[in-house]
Amino acid sequence: MSGERYTKDHDFLRVEGDAAIVGITDFAQAQLGDIVFVELPAPGKRVAKGEQLATIESVKAASEVYAPVSGEVLEVNAALEAAPAKVNEDPLGEGWLVKLRVTDAAELEELMDEDAYRAFLESEG
Amino acid sequence: MPNADCRERLLSEDFAPRRLTPLQMTPLDGLHRRLGARMSPFAGYELPLHYKAGVVAEHLHTRAKASLFDVSHMGQAILGGRGAATAIESLVPADIRDLASERTRYSQFLAEDGGVLDDLMVTRLPGREERLLVVVNAAAKAQDFALLREQLPQLELGVLTGRALMALQGPCAAAALGQVLSDLEDMPFMGWRAAEFRGAGLFVSRSGYTGEDGFEISVPNHLAEPFAEALLAQPDVAPAGLGARDSLRLEAGLCLYGHDLDATTDPVEAGLAWSIGRRRREEGGFPGYERVRAALDRGPARKRVGLLPQGRAPLREGATLTAPDGRLVGRITSGGYSPTLSRPIAMGYVESAFATPGVTLESRLRDNRVGVEVASLPFVPHRYFRGHTGKDRP
Repeated sequence: MSGERYTKDHDFLRVEGDAAIVGITDFAQAQLGDIVFVELPAPGKRVAKGEQLATIESVKAASEVYAPVSGEVLEVNAALEAAPAKVNEDPLGEGWLVKLRVTDAAELEELMDEDAYRAFLESEG
Repeated sequence: MPNADCRERLLSEDFAPRRLTPLQMTPLDGLHRRLGARMSPFAGYELPLHYKAGVVAEHLHTRAKASLFDVSHMGQAILGGRGAATAIESLVPADIRDLASERTRYSQFLAEDGGVLDDLMVTRLPGREERLLVVVNAAAKAQDFALLREQLPQLELGVLTGRALMALQGPCAAAALGQVLSDLEDMPFMGWRAAEFRGAGLFVSRSGYTGEDGFEISVPNHLAEPFAEALLAQPDVAPAGLGARDSLRLEAGLCLYGHDLDATTDPVEAGLAWSIGRRRREEGGFPGYERVRAALDRGPARKRVGLLPQGRAPLREGATLTAPDGRLVGRITSGGYSPTLSRPIAMGYVESAFATPGVTLESRLRDNRVGVEVASLPFVPHRYFRGHTGKDRP
């Protein structure tokens, strides 16, 4: 499985070996507006799918990011502490949030691929 | 992530009236959409939250150059009749009787217990007839106008539903407005002028809600769009939305009704004693005089202060403030991110014993403790127009 997978909450996940990079989509960052702070979990934390993974503060409000799949936090994007705007500028690249070790690969199958996510975005209007 | 509606809750659906009627549009609605604004409900109106540049860029542009804000949702009315200036003093604590022609004053409608019902600007209009121009908050305008009609039935209240209101704010505002309207450069801060644009009458007030020099301009609805476009055609002027308006006024330490001011706060604890005239302090004759007088004499029990959260996470309205012994001593009423200072800032009320710059309190954010330092307001110095000095005269 390659490429990005997406959730209906506008998060993405990119599988890299046993691990997965998690972040928010370009649509999500545009909705949030200027991001001024990102609170990330401690490495080693275990999260179940749907559990709170991170909090993103924009100039408008705080928003939660939920884990798209269950896993263990391997690494977080420490660069966001000094430069949270990277999430706006490059959400799928330098603005990634968390690297997870995926504990239940079957959960990946429940996520949308890029075509399905595009169709979902269009249906949301 | 939660849905988009939740995300934009901050600005400020919570104090909009319950939506029984569809959202109203301002005369600049079409322009906002052409400019790519993200629209958001606010006090019963659909208004731009921000344009393509985004809140931070719009905020910084206002401090560096000049921004145009649509504030047509605010209530504008003329209160006329003999003795109008003295009569309105029965509802507000400012000195309006002695307000000179073409001058504006900030005040508050007070309840019998001294709580603030709304805040407003009052201008003494020129002319033989005694007339006051009042500008009030959108969310409270129906209530404010009803109060004026009920309490001052001997006066005429004409609500100006046919006029848009725009704010042009920033260090380049005077020069930009000077390209569209003439003879306004030397207007004093809190001064007012009638002006003409394409044969129609405009009202121009040198005031604003950002801490910068600037103007609020009342324009007949049918000329709102061409007037806005004439300003936006100036190279230093860009459009800005409610998001930047909120962060600018927070940096400037200015109150937002429904957040930093409400029916439970009195003007003295809110730090607005400066707006209560000396004569009014002595004579009273406004609702809540007893509480206001006591607060002036003995000092208020709590005070509105600036707050600097330690760390980088913004603290928002409603966050608690505790003393070192764990006792609750205050609460945040406005909080967010300061684009000018690149850090979180907030305002709130704290018990007077803790209302000294440098005092450290504690708040909670999600499951963490956050230190919060009491700071003086404003966070960003005001740069209102104080007349030309030899140095800045062109």
